[in-house]
Amino acid sequence: MTTVAVAGRRSNPASRFLRIAFFAVVAIVIYQLVLFIALQQTWLVGTSALPADQAFPVAVQQTINALSIGAIYALIALGYTMVYGIIELINFAHGDVFMVGAFLSMFVTLGIFGQTVGVSVTDIPFLILLLASALIIVMPLTGLLNVTIERIFYRPFRGGSRLAPLITAVGVSFILQNLALVFVGSGDRGAPQVFPLEWQIKFGEAKISVLSIFIFALAVSLMVALNLFVNKTRLGRAMRATAQDQQAASLMGVDLNQTIALTFLLGGALAGAAGVVWGLRFGYVRQDLGFNAGLKSFTSAVLGGIGNINGAALGGFFIGFTENLASALGFSRWSEFLVFLILTFVLIFRPTGILGQQLGDRA
Amino acid sequence: MTDVLNATKITKRFGGLVAVHDVDFTIPEGSIVSLIGPNGAGKTTFFNIIAGIYDPTAGSIDFHGENMIARARRAWLEPFLWLTPPAILLLITLAISTSGNQVLTGLGIVFTILTLLGSMVTGVSRPLAYQRAIRRFGIFRSARPNDMVVAGLGRTFQNIRLFANMTAMDNVLVGMHSRLKTTWIDALLSTPRDRREEKTSRVRANELLTLVGLKGRGDVVAKNLPYGDQRRLEIARALASDPKLLLLDEPTAGMNPNETANLTRLIGRLRSELGLTVLLIEHDMRVVMGISDRVTVLDHGERIAEGTPDEVRRDPKVIEAYLGTPPA
Repeated sequence: MTTVAVAGRRSNPASRFLRIAFFAVVAIVIYQLVLFIALQQTWLVGTSALPADQAFPVAVQQTINALSIGAIYALIALGYTMVYGIIELINFAHGDVFMVGAFLSMFVTLGIFGQTVGVSVTDIPFLILLLASALIIVMPLTGLLNVTIERIFYRPFRGGSRLAPLITAVGVSFILQNLALVFVGSGDRGAPQVFPLEWQIKFGEAKISVLSIFIFALAVSLMVALNLFVNKTRLGRAMRATAQDQQAASLMGVDLNQTIALTFLLGGALAGAAGVVWGLRFGYVRQDLGFNAGLKSFTSAVLGGIGNINGAALGGFFIGFTENLASALGFSRWSEFLVFLILTFVLIFRPTGILGQQLGDRA
Repeated sequence: MTDVLNATKITKRFGGLVAVHDVDFTIPEGSIVSLIGPNGAGKTTFFNIIAGIYDPTAGSIDFHGENMIARARRAWLEPFLWLTPPAILLLITLAISTSGNQVLTGLGIVFTILTLLGSMVTGVSRPLAYQRAIRRFGIFRSARPNDMVVAGLGRTFQNIRLFANMTAMDNVLVGMHSRLKTTWIDALLSTPRDRREEKTSRVRANELLTLVGLKGRGDVVAKNLPYGDQRRLEIARALASDPKLLLLDEPTAGMNPNETANLTRLIGRLRSELGLTVLLIEHDMRVVMGISDRVTVLDHGERIAEGTPDEVRRDPKVIEAYLGTPPA
């Protein structure tokens, strides 16, 4: 039924990209307007309602915040969705791989560079060095951790029951959390916010933090790279084929073990990147971080259509915006309620998620 | 003429059911060999054993003289073998660490981790030298489907199993997967090798699509192709891995007489133009008798006849299997 549309989209990737960018900008502008108007309503926010000239900068700042939170959720959600797409397993341990990434990032900045406070705004080269080495060290390590988990805990169950690896995944999640508990203890651990928080760009009255822009840009470039990898390369093609029909793919010469390991590697690396930016953004790491963030990212993946890479990214930003809307209007306690309420309604009216399910399908 | 495939005494049991019993089977190079038999005779099971999906309960299969498929022996030992070199290094490191030399201890840890990674990578990629080496330890793991493709086996399916949401071109390129060399690093850096290979593989895929009669339809998503074209696309995808032996599982199922005749001609051309050896499972006797050099008949998992089409057609056992015992 979608013959023409699919063939047409495929023929021109540049226009497809422009269309996605256009929709993204429209969505962001609409969100800002909603926030701008909502912030002025006394019936909604009570005494903290703002006059129009103050509401505008707040709306702009909050939108940027929402983008950066959404980017973190999206990065984690990609790992859930890729693994689900390829072996139909909900990898509950994925959130904890993200937690390990956040701790590793803390060790790199504290342990290797001994940096405890923000880098000075004037010392940008050092900042770049610091962030680049954190990413270069953490991403492969979390990727390898994820591959090892698959090798030891999931592969023996392959081709058998679906429930056994699911329960194992819950178990691995607890193992990782408790290992973190043993090694670093419970409670918040301060992660150095090496990215200077006072580094802001003035946009009219609004002050936009460069950190948020950095997080957003990092996430988007990783997503674009992932998309190119999955759609344009030989190994990406093998991943898509495996997602559609494992046995047929293996009979066509695709090595399932390698392809599945590669999927876990990519997912883990993205979770590692999310872990690095988490520390920068929130300044703390806890051993049970993976549970909450993981749950919301999983929600993002389901919301966008699990198994669909673009869907996970969209879902992540959607959850980020929803949470932000609640907290910007002073209902932060209700944010999770709102998130799961929306999830429930999306699943009632569109069980396959916003973009539908299919790894690598051109959304 | 040498044999492409040589199966000796293949038996496969599923619990109490003997699906294939003591079947010997050879496929001479450059021939078209057919496997026929009534429904439930064990044809597809036998096919799946050759393709590496099932391990046989007994017997073994040589592919181009290399023993590829047999019952696995001591396969559980394999991961332990991977762990041996890093374990030895770890012990050495522990021994060093008691002496208190921190530099040497650090080096030991680094080497242990590197060896662990190295042995895991070797174990996953399974190069041929590795497979021969573990056989020396009495470990034999039967070839998996992808190993058989690398060795030179291509197949199509009884029920079409294309990658429905991918384009015809992408389907063929997946078939080419095992013959392409670029790694993810090449793809990431877009090296000249990567671009050259991507280009030549697309040219080759177009040739294959033309060969099966799908010229210019590479951009169509597979599920939107008509039924007969999907069957052709499956053949193109199987050919993409450059097989020496092509397994066709009921290629004319559900086709009209005209399409069947076209496909029969295509199979003949595959042998004459590409020099392929073909193993055919087919119910349409006109196709089987028309193009086969040899025909093997299975019934209840046993080989009841083998020979040229004419010999098989006259064999009383075959007539009995298909039509039942004649009244006394």
